[in-house]
Amino acid sequence: MRIKLLQNRVLLGRQSVSSTCTPLGSTMIHSLFLINSSGDIFLEKHWKSVVSRSVCDYFFEAQERATEAENVPPVIPTPHHYLLNVYRHKIFFVAVIQTEVPPLFVIEFLHRVVDTFQDYFGVCSEVVIKDNVVVVYEVLEEMLDNGFPLATESNILKELIKPPTILRTVVNTITGSTNVGDQLPTGQLSVVPWRRTGVKYTNNEAYFDVIEEIDAIIDKSGSTITAEIQGVIDACVKLTGMPDLTLSFMNPRLLDDVSFHPCVRFKRWESERILSFIPPDGNFRLLSYHVSAQNLVAIPVYVKHNISFRDSSSLGRFEITVGPKQTMGKTVEGVMVTSQMPKGVLNMSLTPSQGMHTFDPVTKLLSWDVGKINPQKLPSLKGTMSLQAGTSKPDENPTINLQFKIQQLAISGLKVNRLDMYGEKYKPFKGIKYMTKAGKFQVRT
Amino acid sequence: MSASSLGYNEQGGEAATEQGQEATPTTAPSVPAAFGLFSSDTKKNEDLKQMLESNKDSAKLDAMKRIVGMIAKGKNASELFPAVVKNVASKNIEIKKLVYVYLMRYAEEQQDLALLSISTFQRALKDPNQLIRASALRVLSSIRVPIIVPIMMLAIKEASADLSPYVRKNAAHAIQKLYSLDPEQKEMLIEVIEKLLKDKSTLVAGSVVMAFEEVCPDRIDLIHKNYRKLCNLLVDVEEWGQVVIIHMLTRYARTQFVSPWKEDGVLEEDNEKDFYESDEEQKEKDQKVKKPYAMDPDHRLLIRNTKPLLQSRNAAVVMAVAQLYWHLAPKSEAGIVSKSLVRLLRSNREVQYIVLQNIATMSIQRKGMFEPYLKSFYVRSTDPTMIKTSKLEILTNLANEANISTLLREFQTYVKSQDKQFAAATIQAIGRCATNISEVTDTCLNGLVCLLSNRDEIVVAESVVVIKKLLQTQPAHHGEIIKHMAKLLDTITVPVARASILWLIGEYCERVPKIAPDVLRKMAKSFTNEDDLVKLQILNLGAKLYLTNSKQTKLLTQYILNLGKYDQSYDIRDRTRFIRQLIVPNEKSGALSKYAKKIFLAQKPAPLLESPFKDRDRFQLGTLSHTLNTKAIGYLELSNWPEVAPDPSVRNVEVIELGKEWSVALGKAKKEKPTEKFYSDSEEEESASTTDTESESTSESEKEKNGKEEGSSMENSESSSEELSDSESESKEGSAKKKFKTTEESDSDDTEKKTKMISKKRESSGSSDSESSSTEESSSDSESESDSESDAESRKHKNAIASKVSSPIFVPMKTHELLHRMSGKGLAAHYHFSRQPCIYGNQMVSVQVTLTNTTDQKLENIHVGERKLPAGMKMHVFNPIEFLEPEESITVSMGIDFCDSTQTASFQLCTKEDHFNVNIQPPVGELLLPVTMSEKDFKTEQGMLTGMNETSTTITVAPQNSTRLVLLEKVVKAANLGVVPSGQDNIHRFSAKTVHSGSLMLVTVELKEGSTAQLIINTEKTVIGSILLRELKPVLSQG
Repeated sequence: MRIKLLQNRVLLGRQSVSSTCTPLGSTMIHSLFLINSSGDIFLEKHWKSVVSRSVCDYFFEAQERATEAENVPPVIPTPHHYLLNVYRHKIFFVAVIQTEVPPLFVIEFLHRVVDTFQDYFGVCSEVVIKDNVVVVYEVLEEMLDNGFPLATESNILKELIKPPTILRTVVNTITGSTNVGDQLPTGQLSVVPWRRTGVKYTNNEAYFDVIEEIDAIIDKSGSTITAEIQGVIDACVKLTGMPDLTLSFMNPRLLDDVSFHPCVRFKRWESERILSFIPPDGNFRLLSYHVSAQNLVAIPVYVKHNISFRDSSSLGRFEITVGPKQTMGKTVEGVMVTSQMPKGVLNMSLTPSQGMHTFDPVTKLLSWDVGKINPQKLPSLKGTMSLQAGTSKPDENPTINLQFKIQQLAISGLKVNRLDMYGEKYKPFKGIKYMTKAGKFQVRT
Repeated sequence: MSASSLGYNEQGGEAATEQGQEATPTTAPSVPAAFGLFSSDTKKNEDLKQMLESNKDSAKLDAMKRIVGMIAKGKNASELFPAVVKNVASKNIEIKKLVYVYLMRYAEEQQDLALLSISTFQRALKDPNQLIRASALRVLSSIRVPIIVPIMMLAIKEASADLSPYVRKNAAHAIQKLYSLDPEQKEMLIEVIEKLLKDKSTLVAGSVVMAFEEVCPDRIDLIHKNYRKLCNLLVDVEEWGQVVIIHMLTRYARTQFVSPWKEDGVLEEDNEKDFYESDEEQKEKDQKVKKPYAMDPDHRLLIRNTKPLLQSRNAAVVMAVAQLYWHLAPKSEAGIVSKSLVRLLRSNREVQYIVLQNIATMSIQRKGMFEPYLKSFYVRSTDPTMIKTSKLEILTNLANEANISTLLREFQTYVKSQDKQFAAATIQAIGRCATNISEVTDTCLNGLVCLLSNRDEIVVAESVVVIKKLLQTQPAHHGEIIKHMAKLLDTITVPVARASILWLIGEYCERVPKIAPDVLRKMAKSFTNEDDLVKLQILNLGAKLYLTNSKQTKLLTQYILNLGKYDQSYDIRDRTRFIRQLIVPNEKSGALSKYAKKIFLAQKPAPLLESPFKDRDRFQLGTLSHTLNTKAIGYLELSNWPEVAPDPSVRNVEVIELGKEWSVALGKAKKEKPTEKFYSDSEEEESASTTDTESESTSESEKEKNGKEEGSSMENSESSSEELSDSESESKEGSAKKKFKTTEESDSDDTEKKTKMISKKRESSGSSDSESSSTEESSSDSESESDSESDAESRKHKNAIASKVSSPIFVPMKTHELLHRMSGKGLAAHYHFSRQPCIYGNQMVSVQVTLTNTTDQKLENIHVGERKLPAGMKMHVFNPIEFLEPEESITVSMGIDFCDSTQTASFQLCTKEDHFNVNIQPPVGELLLPVTMSEKDFKTEQGMLTGMNETSTTITVAPQNSTRLVLLEKVVKAANLGVVPSGQDNIHRFSAKTVHSGSLMLVTVELKEGSTAQLIINTEKTVIGSILLRELKPVLSQG
């Protein structure tokens, strides 16, 4: 049934592609299709003449070839168009373009679209998009003009089209008012396009979260192959008026490579290593940084493992223990161990000393939700694996992926010195939080 | 199709109930889903029409929402056009917006009806509110109805002269739309583009360049006059516009400037060779190649102004700058982009994919750029396969003698990966490393042979194929391996692998004389069941054996040839016939059969194991064509550098005279100031301060002037740092605020004037000799705006110090303890050298002191008390601090004139109750201020500072210090030196001047073979020179 449908599509595709092709259609982004995991196009938007949705057949072909969603190539050429796609929240966002364009331009824009949806609706899922199709459409209309990005700052967008809230929906039904802002998008005209004007709060607060992630590969013997720290400073700023903030660090020289939100004054950073900016209203990422690889990275946890398959028997031994290493006296929590077991493993019978574990015999994914590590009583997971009889033992032991969190610690040692506000008279409430997380943290066994 | 329409009905129903209103409770949901197949569409549309015609806004809105829902689902709603278009003039803003959405979608199909809406837009185009004008233009131009082309044209023309930059921006967008609707308007549109290109607003810049790229990318002449302005506006343009402008300017620069690469050899291959050549040879070469190359200041301007954008959060912008540096910057400078590109690898999978592809192309040509980041390309088991293979590709490109052992260890892990496709790719990578790096060929081969006993067939097959290629490149005695592989024939089933083994045995049959015939016997038995690929190789093997060992194999071969004769595949029948004629002697066989042996057993050239990214560099990096490795529609070729630069004066802009004072002031400013927009208050003051300095021609006063200006710029930053420390001072805040708030209009006016003045300046510099332009070049990277000697000066004083104090290169701050909190009774003090020119006097070193109160009480009246300074030394203390709250810290700055000596400055740090004796002893490296100069100037200066003024020593350099980046970093960390761009890879030059006397300090590090290096320091201040030499020695020799 499905195959037949697909063939139909292909046929259709050939016909209509040749008919809809315009000779001069040089627009950056021509159309956008949203496709769910089962291959249904549930939203389409065109910024110029309509491109038949049958163009997506080429995408479906590529998808079938790739077997897994994450292996679908981001750029797919077709005879008359190019399909650039991003895959997020189980949705493919497929942009159709006709001519040469920097691919990152389109990809970055698509990610920005997803971020905006997330910002608007809290989550970005098929159901939510379908439920809010009108708002989605209005937002997309504002984001691109003739295929070229127009307003991508969510602050400006929110001024133009108010995000739906339960309260507003109720109010709208009663009063007949709308989501569309009646103000005009003055933000687009100002020199501070990321901040809306006339912001007012009764409680003025500015919170900064310094979040660092450790990316590491640890080898069999426990030594570090590569480790680096990537950090971000996420801010939630709710301040009245036009505040001008400066944020300084105790040790700015730790930061090796940084990228800024457009609001940060680059010159000031260059000369004084101070972050000086007029913040956008609400949540935004102020800064992401990389801590230079020269500095040794403290690895806060270790994994002891003993995973063995024997050639003769159909049983294998499995044992892992997780323990804290360099944690600067903080507790390691939210520990989660996942591992992709080899295909030959039929089932596992394991007993954890704490937490919950699951093994999916179909995907062969083992996951163990450990929780907090108590240094006095190290969590461990022991047991046996039953292997497919008759097959030889797998030649590679599985890789262990680790997740964890450490509150109130920035593992690089980065510290915010002070935060000052200029330009407004009130005293804001300021807060800074540190957190260290595992990024892509792998232990090879 | 029907299934999806069914789906829609359900969905639409839901949506309607969700957002819908009580006014229409019975419409949508009441239609049964099954009914929806045929009739419901028309029926539903009927009630939509009714709703649209009702006089209640809520009903209309509801209807419009449902219609938009239909459009989103890709359903046809065109028949509602008449009903919808009536609402175009609705007062309700949301209805209006949704009608616009509808119009843009269907106007093309319903052209006549669409005309009904035009008058509404025409009226709106005259609205006093700029936003309404803009949106009217936007919608009007989005309606693709050919009849209204003249109206659109008129509207665009008017809008392009609108006072509001936002409307002008929309006009630029409309140009592209009109062009795609009616290409005949091209000429008129180009006129509008020309006009808009002159626009000074950052809002317009990105959009108009976009229009330019679409309508007339070949009209490069339109850019000339706007080039400098675009370069200067770039930082303030919105991010998407930046990408477009950077790509356009890259193309522009390639047509207008001469290649900056000539210095380091025209071809990259040459360059690599240079590295291994001995020094003499290199010098010779240098002399040969050395044509005076001076970078066009406009070229430099572009490179400099794009650099900050590497810090953008937008991956597309970073990539755009990276490709600009790749295609335009001197090779020594392109390296700065690698760090930012590596940063992008943290991003989403799609971004990673594109970036990795570009890095792969770059890493083939310039390994050095990414070598320091080798580990960032290590593969994680969770990466998608396409990311894994791209990373592997880069790792292979980066492999060299030094890192190959680490890499091979890493590859071993990959080979065992559960992702077999990736494991196979790894084996290929190992093969490539083995051919490229001869030291490891044997190791790799052994490793691959081990893999032959792997359990996974794909791995074994891939190994066989790679081993085959390796053996071919290394036709040594590998009989053992061939024997081993012959055994594999019994087990392995993958055709490619079987074919490879057979080919090997045939090719080297003389090395395995006993096995080969036996293999042929076995294959003869299984011939009929083999894959075509294998059959061909069996025929090959037979033929070769027949020629070398016909006694044993004659019959076997004949048997196989007979089998082949009746094979199903005509390829095989063909080959059989061919071989039979060639090898079996008979009457008819011609002269060729005599040479059969030579033909079959000729020495075959070894296959080249090359990167698949080898020829991708024919495309501009960062483009779609590069990603696809084929030319995409609309790809614009990047032209080669011209041999001779076209006339640079075309970029000059005519100046309107603006009063004498201004022109004097700005005429002196040599470098272009980046646009004074939102963030540039400090520069403004600075340029103002230049007004009162008279131009004098002695080098002495020149220096002084430098000092003054630096002073003024520092004063500015000082005042802001005071604000920082003292948040209570309202008045200062107010003034700072005012600076920011300068209205856009006047601000951009200013900019306008300045750019004009500056360009006038450039006109004169363009006509001056190459000498002056080379000094211009030397100002290259310096971010500081303080260099303002006039051209005339530098020409008069060819031998005077033609260099400027540049901003220091950023190094990790080294803090020294001034007062420990224990001995300071809770007052702790640290100091560091800010490496900035001191604001208190140009002979002083600027010292930043951080005071921290670690007690739980307020410390009051912190100040500097008695000073004990050696003769000649001076000190400028910080203003007393009234109080310091517990746990608070404050940073203050001081200036100390050390008289170019490392003598200690002792003084007392006092609080209200106590006083503590403290000392500051400067490291010699901090007594310097970096200056920038060109390589040529450096050499001239060095030539004058020989003999007594030269100190040198030979040192051993730690291996990890021998790369350029590390070495530069180490040296600059140790001493405040400026880096001089160097044409040779093994010579690094640094320059600085002493703070007190301003004498030049020239440092040369020349790397020699065998990890030694010659360290030379030329300076008049021999004492300082020798101390510096002593200090630099351990820096370079230790890891």
